[in-house]
Amino acid sequence: MQPIVEVENLTKRYRGAKVNAVDGISFSVAAGEFFTLLGPNGAGKTTTISILTTTLNATSGTARIAGHDIRHAASDVRQNIGIIFQQPSLDLNLTAEENIRFHAVLYGLYPFRPTYSTMPRAYKQQVSELAALLGLEDEMNKPVKKFSGGMRRKLEIIRSLLHKPGVLFLDEPTSGLDPLSRRTLWEYLSQVRREHGTTIFLTTHYLDEAEEADRVCIINHGRIVAHGSPDQVKAQLTETYILLDAENRNQLRDELRRLKVKFTEASPFKINARGGDIQRIIKAIETPLSLVKTHDPSLEDAYLEIIKEP
Amino acid sequence: MREIYAVLTLAYRDLLKLLRDPTRLISELMFPLLFIVILGGSLESSFGKGSNFDYITYIFTGVFAQTLFQSASMGVISLIDDRENDFSQEVFVSPISRYTIILGKIIGETLVAMTQALGILVFGLAAGVRFSFGQLIGLGWSGIVTCLFGAAFGVIILSNLNNRRTADQVFPYIMLPQFFLAGVFNPIQGLPWYLDFLSRISPMRYAVDLTRDIFYIGRTDYIHAVLQGPGYNLTLMTVAFLIFLFIGTFLFVRKEQNR
Repeated sequence: MQPIVEVENLTKRYRGAKVNAVDGISFSVAAGEFFTLLGPNGAGKTTTISILTTTLNATSGTARIAGHDIRHAASDVRQNIGIIFQQPSLDLNLTAEENIRFHAVLYGLYPFRPTYSTMPRAYKQQVSELAALLGLEDEMNKPVKKFSGGMRRKLEIIRSLLHKPGVLFLDEPTSGLDPLSRRTLWEYLSQVRREHGTTIFLTTHYLDEAEEADRVCIINHGRIVAHGSPDQVKAQLTETYILLDAENRNQLRDELRRLKVKFTEASPFKINARGGDIQRIIKAIETPLSLVKTHDPSLEDAYLEIIKEP
Repeated sequence: MREIYAVLTLAYRDLLKLLRDPTRLISELMFPLLFIVILGGSLESSFGKGSNFDYITYIFTGVFAQTLFQSASMGVISLIDDRENDFSQEVFVSPISRYTIILGKIIGETLVAMTQALGILVFGLAAGVRFSFGQLIGLGWSGIVTCLFGAAFGVIILSNLNNRRTADQVFPYIMLPQFFLAGVFNPIQGLPWYLDFLSRISPMRYAVDLTRDIFYIGRTDYIHAVLQGPGYNLTLMTVAFLIFLFIGTFLFVRKEQNR
């Protein structure tokens, strides 16, 4: 099946900048996938999302969304995507229903009418379904400024799904939310995926959010550092090893060679191994050991290692 | 059809945002109030009495045009940071044409400015300005023309600015001199040649003069208050409107994508 998002050699250098904000990245996202672009602030995540959502031109490279080229068929791309911005995108003085209605008209779903009561029956039906889904039946006519931060985010997501986009882009959607709102937002997003089969394209700098994804792409300084399922990424990025040493280093070296264990000899000896291998090796060694140390970093350690400034 | 619905939606949203924000509504009427009631009143009592020149009416018509012109152009210039604000972010990623966005903004800001015009009429009445029903209709028409002209002026300024900070720094220098060069408060007949030149390249001058053309028609002080006839002003404004709009929109749309 053709991927829903295809990115090839995408590069962006802002006017007057000395380095590329996005530097030749390529990846693809399959339809229905939960994809995460993970990276620290300034890694190029928002630049990438701005290019893919057609509000910024790339310096070079191509990208296609739902088969439409982002440069030559921007309007078709826009019709096929929904976006949740970093900054809230609701008019706070307008009601929830008005925020929804204006979106619906801009996407060509309904004709313009100045009041809710003059809108077509199908629209009213859709709004009341959405309100029920959000548990906001009585609040649709209240100004959005009366809503909690989490509720506003949910309203934005609901609104972005009105035109049934193939891909939903979320640019750091949980920044500024309290832990409880964050949790409910995630539960709601999974529900959206189950019910609509929408592809989710998320950017985040929180590692724990990336671990829920089908696939993760870690980006730093505009380049892709690791790419794959969270487990694959972990395997790519982390190195599990044991450190051994003995009073009699010659004897230990000979023994390791005899056991056909690959090692690098520094002080102490470093052996790449994980899980059951560790136990097997240590059990086989007869030389009295003066040091046994295992190194098993978490994905977070590896991530922090990557994003550390050089 | 969809683009027309989009224009209507964008314009309606601008108006609704103003009406739902009473603080903004009041603050935007503060300057016209100061100008008409305080400045007009004080000029009238110091210079107006004894002369046959009615300062209050002169300043009322000037401020009427100036407020609409400025409000519409500032409103359009706000597009510069709209992509980072509230629902406007949505507008920029929706599948509507960039030309639709500009057109919707121009009409929306015209509606917003015309709402302010109602407030200015009330201040005028309170300050002692009297007008007939015909003059009221005339002010309505010249007001709409002034708003559209101001909005197009906003588009050409917008297309030459890069961010909100530059806009905030530059705007007073573009707008404030025009207050005096356009003769909003001060009669500008018989200016020295260099000021006359600057006055003639100030777009606001033509909006102010058109308003007075219509308001002073048939009055004995027409000759003292008005610079050129309505045909002259209207022709110049139409030509400038088209130039501002087309060049400005072209530059804006191009800049939009090549940041």
